[in-house]
Amino acid sequence: MAEPARAREEPTRLALRLFVAGEAPNSLAARKNLEAALEPLDPGAVELEIVDVLDEPRRALEDGVVVTPTLVRLSPPPERRIVGSLGASERLRQFLAVENPVP
Amino acid sequence: MSENRSGADGRTISTGVPGFDPLAGGGLPRGRTTLLVGGPGCGKTTFALQVLTRGARNGAGGIFVAFEEPVEQIRQGLARRGLFGDGEVEDRLAFVDARLPSSVLRGGDFDLLGLLGGLAERAGDLQAEVIVFDALDVLLASLEDPGAERRELYRLHEWLQETGLTGILTAKETGGGPRYDFLEFMADCVVRLHLRTEGKAAVRGVRVLKHRSSSHATHESPMIVTERGLEVVDTGSVKLEHRVSDERVSSGIGELDRMIGGGYYRGSSILISGSSGTAKTTLAAAFAEAACRRGERTLYVSFDESVSQIVRNLASVSVDLGAQVESGTLLMDSARARPGSPEDHIVRIRSLWREHEARNLVVDPLSALEKPGTHLAEEVGLYLVDLAKKEGITFVSTCLVEGNRVESTPIGISTVADTWIHLSYLVQAGERNRALTVVKSRGMRHSNQVRELLLADDGIDLRAVYTAGGEVLMGTLRWEKEEEERMAREEERREAERRRREAEIRVAELRARMEALRGELQAAEEEAARAEEETRSARRQRRSRERQIRELRTREDGTEQDREEGSGSEGREGSDG
Repeated sequence: MAEPARAREEPTRLALRLFVAGEAPNSLAARKNLEAALEPLDPGAVELEIVDVLDEPRRALEDGVVVTPTLVRLSPPPERRIVGSLGASERLRQFLAVENPVP
Repeated sequence: MSENRSGADGRTISTGVPGFDPLAGGGLPRGRTTLLVGGPGCGKTTFALQVLTRGARNGAGGIFVAFEEPVEQIRQGLARRGLFGDGEVEDRLAFVDARLPSSVLRGGDFDLLGLLGGLAERAGDLQAEVIVFDALDVLLASLEDPGAERRELYRLHEWLQETGLTGILTAKETGGGPRYDFLEFMADCVVRLHLRTEGKAAVRGVRVLKHRSSSHATHESPMIVTERGLEVVDTGSVKLEHRVSDERVSSGIGELDRMIGGGYYRGSSILISGSSGTAKTTLAAAFAEAACRRGERTLYVSFDESVSQIVRNLASVSVDLGAQVESGTLLMDSARARPGSPEDHIVRIRSLWREHEARNLVVDPLSALEKPGTHLAEEVGLYLVDLAKKEGITFVSTCLVEGNRVESTPIGISTVADTWIHLSYLVQAGERNRALTVVKSRGMRHSNQVRELLLADDGIDLRAVYTAGGEVLMGTLRWEKEEEERMAREEERREAERRRREAEIRVAELRARMEALRGELQAAEEEAARAEEETRSARRQRRSRERQIRELRTREDGTEQDREEGSGSEGREGSDG
């Protein structure tokens, strides 16, 4: 399991890491869906890192990523993960929600 | 390149499961995919780990991808079994936790690209040759879509082909269902593991269902779990591989040695059967003591009496086990109170004899391993015979039977044993004596020889038995004799029946002939009568004619001619007669 990222100065800041597998259909869909979900948010409040496991395969193992795409919410804690193409927008929004999200 | 080769052409990899490789034509197919299937607890993960560690011992790197079991648990298991060795093996292996915890949310369709990418890297680092995907069915199930399952399996299959790794997939599927069908289709080799339990007895089996690149055995083979993992046991089909020795070792009784041509064959298995109280332990212990006196380390496992009891009893017939135990040559173990399945006992006994470096083994009674009514456990006794034979250990086992009938030995060991001795009581002239019968013994010309067994203060001896008819009736012999007599009677009856029928046929035949002759006789008589009649009739006619002629002549000539012709015509046949 990956170590949780260090907490940011502003605890409400949303730190995400999306693991994708190049141009694979699920991965493309996840990027699109995530971007759509992040659009209404203030860009300064969101930190998104996209890791392509085909380019950096070690990172997948290091972070304990088994399937792609995997979206990791590093902050605010606790760390949570969701896998898949992220097509269910309501679920994604709940996942991203900053204050007391419901699983 | 590592030395991880087996099979004549390096097309297979050794599994590290003792006894399994020959079943699969040398091992699992190198560079291809093997599927291990079986229900929960049947040992798939253990099997896969043995393959991996075996490869690592030979210098081949390996990766274990765990979809269900926690990696730490797996590592601990290996360490406990001593499979990591001195760390060399550990360095060559990578354990990847690929579990998808329930805390991870599902948000759509996903794939294994990430995992496979990472694995490819690790495989390169380690120069891995073998990769295990353990509990693949768990991952596939989490996809929650048969279409996605198939797609990912294809992906995995292609990836394995591209990387050239030897892949081992384990799954709980046992047959039927699209997932199993697809897995089976993908694999070049399919190995199924079984586990059946009856009470405490666990019987495991393994079977190679399919092996595209070599010929394989098709039968199921039994397996046991030892301290190091799984092991295949052979219950007799591959006897040829066992070391066959011509050397004889003493049974502990001189006369018995003579009866069977010099003693037991070294490395053979000997069965001593008999009902309770017939001195089986005495005979088994005599063998043990004789072996120890020769300086050979021996293990005596008792499932019945305590060690001190046995030592005491045998001392009363001058068999000194105590001294041998003290010297350390003889190790005696009382296993009656120990819990455990038959399999556990067998594994334990083998560990004991290996630790003790024993060349000889006694298990008294072996029949204690099986529980009545569970036929599964019967075979388990045979495992011990095989394991002992593999290591050239001379194995004497005793078996308790009910009654005096030899054929009621419940375990099949009587067919497998090289020598079979049956002990019983013989009632003779109002006396009750002990009898020993050598039912069979390899290399002995005459089986079923009987002696009287004498136990006295100064030792054990055998004496020839005589009865009135020169026959000893007991046990197998009586049964055999009865059978013989029954068959003889049957034969006689059939013979008598046959003769009776033949005689009847003959009588009928003769009668018919007689009838025919009578008919002929009658016809002949009638013929004769007719002929007689015709002759008379002819004569009468002739005389009548002659009279007529005379009368005619008399009228012409007068009386003188009458007188001349009358005397002449009497004697003469008529010229027209």
